[in-house]
Amino acid sequence: MKKYLMILTLVLVPAFAVGAAPVNGKLSADVDPHDKESLQRGAQAFANYCMACHQAELMRYNRVARDLGFSDEDVEEFLIFTPGTLAVDVMRNAMRQEDSQDWFGAPAPDLTMTARRHGPDWVYTFLNSFYKDENQPFGVNNLVISGVSMPHVLQELQGLPEPVYEDVDGQERLVGLELNQAGMMSPAEYRRFTRDLTNFMDYIAEPVKAERQRLGVYVIGFLLILLVLTYLLKKEFWRDVH
Amino acid sequence: MSETRGSSGGLMGWVDERFPATKMWNEHVGQYYAPKNFNFWYYFGSLALVVLVIQILSGIWLTMNYQPSADRAFESVEYIMRDVDWGWLIRYIHTTGASAFFVVVYLHMARALLYGSYQKPRELLWVFGVLIYVSLMAEAFFGYMLPWGQMSFWGAQVIISLFGAIPVIGDQLALWIRGDYVISEITLNRFFALHVIGLPLVIIGLVVAHILALHEVGSNNPDGIEIKKNKDANGNPKDGIPFHPYYTVKDTFGLIVFLIFFSIVVFYVPEFFGLFIEAPNFEPANPQVTPDHIAPVWYFTPHYAMLRAIPDSFGGVVVMGAAVAILFFLPWLDRGRVRSIRYRGLGFKVAVILFFISFVVLGYLGLQPATGLYTILARIFTAIYFGFFVFLWVYTYFGLEKTKPVPERVTMP
Repeated sequence: MKKYLMILTLVLVPAFAVGAAPVNGKLSADVDPHDKESLQRGAQAFANYCMACHQAELMRYNRVARDLGFSDEDVEEFLIFTPGTLAVDVMRNAMRQEDSQDWFGAPAPDLTMTARRHGPDWVYTFLNSFYKDENQPFGVNNLVISGVSMPHVLQELQGLPEPVYEDVDGQERLVGLELNQAGMMSPAEYRRFTRDLTNFMDYIAEPVKAERQRLGVYVIGFLLILLVLTYLLKKEFWRDVH
Repeated sequence: MSETRGSSGGLMGWVDERFPATKMWNEHVGQYYAPKNFNFWYYFGSLALVVLVIQILSGIWLTMNYQPSADRAFESVEYIMRDVDWGWLIRYIHTTGASAFFVVVYLHMARALLYGSYQKPRELLWVFGVLIYVSLMAEAFFGYMLPWGQMSFWGAQVIISLFGAIPVIGDQLALWIRGDYVISEITLNRFFALHVIGLPLVIIGLVVAHILALHEVGSNNPDGIEIKKNKDANGNPKDGIPFHPYYTVKDTFGLIVFLIFFSIVVFYVPEFFGLFIEAPNFEPANPQVTPDHIAPVWYFTPHYAMLRAIPDSFGGVVVMGAAVAILFFLPWLDRGRVRSIRYRGLGFKVAVILFFISFVVLGYLGLQPATGLYTILARIFTAIYFGFFVFLWVYTYFGLEKTKPVPERVTMP
């Protein structure tokens, strides 16, 4: 079933590739904290593409290892690129704050809580909303954050969508994005890549989400049994009250 | 003493000769006669007590790991969520408990309105209750600042600045509350002290007074009848049953129902769609950046809507304060001779329903930006809110109410 769904998605997605990101509104990332493979891929994407500049200072590598099924050695070999950092450390970036200030005008924001602050769909939409804009310092802009001060780090993967302008009531308006030259990934692959990345960011924003959802079933199940017992107890005691 | 069980010997006898343990148990639980016709609305008193215990226990454990400093507060909350064993559960129980407290207290207060539980001789019982409510609002406000997120900071900024709107002494008063010219670590530290020890002591004291007053006058009931008027040969009310075991088992059932809803929130929707934990609070407090839209937590939104409905800022503060203060006078505003809504006049029924609607609508409006239509609606419903009290006084003082005959004995649900 899953296979067919995937094929269906792969067939359909290119059809939507033109004007992929809506100018208004959000794409749905449909995050799933129980999808460990997606989270593992997302962790690698995050380490490879985000952590040169951004950090996730409230998250520890060994927690990521424990939750996603990596060993501490795997983490140190494949996820940690910041010199002198161990698996017990928090996810610090490689870039110095002062450099960031000089190069981008502001320190790159910490990404630990971003998916909880703005919601995972916001992150996913943001990652799919970069477009070419020669007026910007890095030659790119973003539909979600207008005048974004970061480059399109994933450009080599996605390619660079171009804005489509249309005449609306005598005014030129940005109505959509168009990808003329795909990067190393097809649009469908890029969507999956950014969805994995979003899923991982949603995970680091609340690492316990999968665990609490798993536990909740047992707690509520236990309470439902108690509910029956306490109801019968109440009925028994109240038999003589008329 | 000789007639009380356990006082004749054994360990309980030894204790009872030195401390009134059995006597107190009998007075407040074992031989406290409550009306037998309590319905759905009567679960929320005992539930409020349970939530108080939940908040105190989870609060103690949070305090063990929380750091009340501007540099560490936000981080330490996330540390509790990530590195402390079961810290996430304790914190979600506490955040959910805060909202649950207001849910059960609002329903508990609504019950009092429906069945006239504030009327003579229960005026003091009601006044203690309103004092608990006011203390709870302060407790919740102080607590909301502790995570030191954007909403913690800016919410406190808005509320404290309200005191600044008071003429003459306003600025000095706001300064005195903050302990600084802006909200700072000094404010955070004093709010922490008030949240973890000051207000909890006040609330516990008031809850004891509330329960003592209740047991002195006896519980009201959905029929609004005084059950003490009809006593059997032993001097116990004919329509009463001992609190234990009857209401202990009944309230245990109610507690489990409550805990199921509570657990659904804790385990599946801890933020409760941004109402219990607001999204901007996942960003550390930043005095330089004001959030786009500052809204208080849901349980303050009716008052916030009233505040914004008044064009003048001091006028808004007065109206908001009056919305709470007027509750104290309810026992003396309502001159009705009948307690329960079941036997009251149509005017009362319509008025109390409009009052509930106005409170809910104002709660919704307080979450929305104060623009055009919303402001007009807020004014209309603020007028309805206060109109209820005015109407109630006129309606009962001038004897306009046509009541139905009240039965001699209670009716079972």
